[in-house]
Amino acid sequence: MGHKTFDRGIHPAYYKELTAAKKVEQAALPKTVIIPLQQHAGAACAPLVKKGDAVQEGQKIADVQAFVSAPIHSSINGKVKDIELASHPGGTRVMSIVIEGDGTTREWKAEGSADLNAITPDMLREIIREAGIVGMGGAAFPTSVKLAPPKGKAIDTILLNGCECEPFLTADHRIMLEEPEKVVWGLKALMKATGAANGIIGIEENKPDAIEALKKAIGGGNIKLVILEAKYPQGAEKMLIKAGLGRKVPPGKLPLDVGVVVNNVGTAAAIYDAVVYKKPLIERIVTISGNGVREPRNLRVRIGTSFEEVLNQCGGLNGTGETEVLNGGPMMGIAQSTLAVPVIKGTSGITVISAASIKSNNYDPCIKCASCVSACPMGLMPYRLGDYGKAAMTADFKAWDALSCIECGCCSYVCPAKRPLLQWIRLGKYRLRKEAQKAAAK
Amino acid sequence: MDKTLEKTEIKESPAAPAQGGKLVISSSPHFLNTESIPKIMHTVVMALFPATAASVYFFGFRALLLILVCIGACLVTEYAFQKIRNKPVKIYDGSAAITGILLAFTLPPGFPIYGAILGSVFAIGVGKMLFGGLGYNIFNPALLGRAFLMATYPVLTTTWVEPRTVQKAVDAVSAATPLAMMKFEGKFAPLSDLFIGNVAGSLGETSVIAILIGGLYLRYKGYVNWKLPLGYLGTIAVFSGIFWLINPAKYPSPLFHVCAGGAMLAAWFMVTDMVTSPTTALGQWIFVICAGILAVIIRLFGGLPEGVMYSILFMNAFVPLLNKHTRPKVFGEGYKVQ
Repeated sequence: MGHKTFDRGIHPAYYKELTAAKKVEQAALPKTVIIPLQQHAGAACAPLVKKGDAVQEGQKIADVQAFVSAPIHSSINGKVKDIELASHPGGTRVMSIVIEGDGTTREWKAEGSADLNAITPDMLREIIREAGIVGMGGAAFPTSVKLAPPKGKAIDTILLNGCECEPFLTADHRIMLEEPEKVVWGLKALMKATGAANGIIGIEENKPDAIEALKKAIGGGNIKLVILEAKYPQGAEKMLIKAGLGRKVPPGKLPLDVGVVVNNVGTAAAIYDAVVYKKPLIERIVTISGNGVREPRNLRVRIGTSFEEVLNQCGGLNGTGETEVLNGGPMMGIAQSTLAVPVIKGTSGITVISAASIKSNNYDPCIKCASCVSACPMGLMPYRLGDYGKAAMTADFKAWDALSCIECGCCSYVCPAKRPLLQWIRLGKYRLRKEAQKAAAK
Repeated sequence: MDKTLEKTEIKESPAAPAQGGKLVISSSPHFLNTESIPKIMHTVVMALFPATAASVYFFGFRALLLILVCIGACLVTEYAFQKIRNKPVKIYDGSAAITGILLAFTLPPGFPIYGAILGSVFAIGVGKMLFGGLGYNIFNPALLGRAFLMATYPVLTTTWVEPRTVQKAVDAVSAATPLAMMKFEGKFAPLSDLFIGNVAGSLGETSVIAILIGGLYLRYKGYVNWKLPLGYLGTIAVFSGIFWLINPAKYPSPLFHVCAGGAMLAAWFMVTDMVTSPTTALGQWIFVICAGILAVIIRLFGGLPEGVMYSILFMNAFVPLLNKHTRPKVFGEGYKVQ
């Protein structure tokens, strides 16, 4: 208590102890990888290779000219087996490059200089884009785009997100604990790339070992460590900026409108690898946890490794009843219909929920208890938005600021009537999009 | 960090271990807390237990009989409505039982059984089920039932007896409530009697201490928004305190107002009714402050000695309006950007 935070929000059970003390291990080399051409927010990539081509680990295999995009690299040595539609952890089917490995790996050596004075901001942005780096907290927004603000917007602060407020996930925790120097170096690089004078690392109080490690790595200077209350959704961009800096991003605006760029700690570490090892984003740390998996673990997984293969390295799934496998944590993760989906750049965790813990589909009438109103970090009235979304009352839905919803799920979490409020809000947003499309078509 | 990236590799992907069963798809969040409507309602029933015990202690088993009759009639009415309308029967969620207990708590100990049944049928039937059942009613069902009985049996609903603890004669004699004594005789009952419940009044409203125990238990469980009871009682105290400061001989002290009549019971168990109170912080403040002022005005200047019931019913009617016009500020609204 007494740590900085934002208003409202919830305190779910975190279950971090399942993996918090477990060192990151390198996952087995996958025999085959499925690499989707769309792993980031923005334009999908076009393949640069064709069926039968030999590819190297780290070789760029897909790219696109669009500004909001990030290229994609092969995560193993091998041969392109096919380019086909494949299941994507986002819930859709996406064109993907399937690569069959030859069982060899490449060694990454420190080739570049870690001296930031030797690199210009433009060079940094170029390296970050070419390395295919995207936000690694889950949203996967191309990092280079964030570092190129439009004219007239000055960035004074880079805020690194080390909150990891999702239950179960410990990937960021382990990065901060095991590679704090990389995180701090990455932050300095981000500051250099944007000309920001200040750097802040926001971390929740429930990771004391990582706080100590970061303190040592930071030393002094213009980088500040801000310790935040452990509260969900502390790691949501707007909540983090409010907690760490006291600034509020108005509805419909971006962090850079208040002079801030937020990046995940994992992204910062990836930038270090990209600059010093010249290693593109071809693997990431994934927390595999939940009560439905036998041996929860933190693994460094190559992009494109199937969920099934990753889960098998964690002892497989528990029990034989119904299971829910999520790309991400339990609050915002996406449920998967097949274990053939690959780990992508935004996969911070795989959470497996066993039959006994799967939520029921039954719900009761709203008793206006106002729990959702007191939980909504965005200051909305979720019980109304849920009703409007469900009843297709799109005008009311919009008028009650549904578009400010960040889909954190606090409302559904606290509802005693177990009403799927966020699901209905998503439905309403979907209807709004459809209406807008129809209007545009006319 | 200048060496090659360290790798402690797991040598080989193990053969597929036993798979889990069918994969389930649902929309996030996939974790919910353990609250439920029955859990809330049953906790409220528990919280009403001290006041129930006090009513039996002060008014005898007649009190228990009235409470049980009201609970039974409420459950039967709800069951009948749900059956007739082909809706799932949910009478065990505890909400009808609460209405029954609260309605009984507002009745005089000598109230006839048939009247209690009639009030319960009205409270649940008209007050709740006709609106669409749990969650849809505008007025507090128990208070609506009580208002119905007040209009139907004006004499029976205002005929009081002394509690057993102060009865001198063998038969119960009719007596005046502290508020009626204040209004019509200008006499103020001692605060200690009010606090313990040693006065004439409705079944469950007389013992301040018993109600407080239940209310604080509910607060401890997290099912009471502190704004509502404290705002209501606070407003009653402040507003009545103004008159008391002007003329303490004519107007009783704020503490008297807070402890007398149904103020304490209403503050913890009726103002706090989730369904019929506002959902926004500002709306809740307006709701309790207006209700508190109304209660004092009726008590001091109205035709009735007690104003708690009408103050809440009146403000219940404004709840949809309050919810609509007291929206919280959306995060970041009005914050300056560069």
